[in-house]
Amino acid sequence: MIAIIDYGAGNIKSLQFALTRQNLDSQLTADPETIRKSDAVILPGVGAFKDAMDSLNSLGLTTVIKEAAKTGKPILGICLGMQLFYDTSEEDGRWQGLGLLEGKVGRISNTVKVPHMGWNTLRQHAPSPLLEDITDNTYVYFVHSYAVKDYQEETLISSTEYGGIVPAIVQKDNIIGMQFHPEKSGSAGLKLLQNFRRMIS
Amino acid sequence: MLAKRIIPCLDVDKGRVVKGKKFKDIKDVADPVELAKRYNQEGADELVFYDITASNESRNIFLDVVENVAAEIAIPFTVGGGIRTVEDIHRVLRAGADKVSINSAAVEKPELLRDAARKFGAQCIVLSIDAKQSAAGAWEVYTKGGRNNTGMDAVVWAKQGEALGAGEIVVNAIDTDGEKTGYNLELTKAIANAVNIPIVASGGAGEAAHFSDVLKDSADAALAASVFHYGEIPLPDLKKYLQANDIVVRSERTWK
Repeated sequence: MIAIIDYGAGNIKSLQFALTRQNLDSQLTADPETIRKSDAVILPGVGAFKDAMDSLNSLGLTTVIKEAAKTGKPILGICLGMQLFYDTSEEDGRWQGLGLLEGKVGRISNTVKVPHMGWNTLRQHAPSPLLEDITDNTYVYFVHSYAVKDYQEETLISSTEYGGIVPAIVQKDNIIGMQFHPEKSGSAGLKLLQNFRRMIS
Repeated sequence: MLAKRIIPCLDVDKGRVVKGKKFKDIKDVADPVELAKRYNQEGADELVFYDITASNESRNIFLDVVENVAAEIAIPFTVGGGIRTVEDIHRVLRAGADKVSINSAAVEKPELLRDAARKFGAQCIVLSIDAKQSAAGAWEVYTKGGRNNTGMDAVVWAKQGEALGAGEIVVNAIDTDGEKTGYNLELTKAIANAVNIPIVASGGAGEAAHFSDVLKDSADAALAASVFHYGEIPLPDLKKYLQANDIVVRSERTWK
């Protein structure tokens, strides 16, 4: 069972539908015990960085997620969920993230329209089982105003180009981030979720 | 590279896609979920669903449509029509919509844009502007389906909407809507130049060249309804045409 962390409003339904289509059993939950017992965890993205961290803290989920990360089970962060994995964010202030990945989150350059909204192409940087059968120039759907700025080069699996290099898929062992929405990226996104499924033992 | 988006728009009344005169002969497109699936397969980049009745009794039927669409297709879609409160927005997002389009209610209560963007993020708040040129040449904002002239300047309103937290603007040109003579390039450009958020052109598409004109000129996406519903411009052909005209559009291969 995949635990989808429930920490607020937003479109979680599309993610659940996409997982069901991959025959993946998932449960939307804020219960620490359910998260501990899960085979994998997905941290979806909702709203602003600070609000999200505040919600996770008040629900007592920050430690639960950090513990889950140490067990080695796959943890996937989508959009803001990926950004929350990093040390800090500069979204309307300066905020602490979960610190599962080294780096920081900052606003997309104003030389391009913000938010970055629409279908953009992936470019591979490092091999990963996540990219099986995903060729360069595959289109996936992005919608975000902030992006990961500093990161460890070796964690960059795939990027896109928008006012500079934007990390699209990052991975450090069992910690995986996708800046785009696989559940909204047509059959390419479903293929990526299928690849994620293969990482779940 | 970020692709330009093509967005079919579906007007929904009591759970069915509203059929025009020519629509009568095409029975299978009346179901919004079936039509959404077809457009998804044909390469639509996004979809828009408008609840055109937006009465209390039709609201729940419409929410069911939203949820059924979310269950069937894995591309983003926007919902509009009758959105007046933060709670309305919450309901459609929870049902599976990715973005919410706000028109008249934003003119009446601009703070709705701010409150909604704060709660759900600017990326899911779309400001829809109906505009028409006055005798003096200014672009004026209309509400209530084009019946009410607010006297507001559309370019000023667009900037204000961006500042309040809208993450995208749909520019509906009332003059060209339904005319099939092309998008209003002047209006779309005036608004695109005034803001730094994505712009969706709407109203006036009649042939493939109209899409390439507005996408080359200023818009990030182009919305249309009848040319797709009536099969006048098949989506795959339109994508091929745009590609041949050096416009970056998404091409998709299919995975099993």
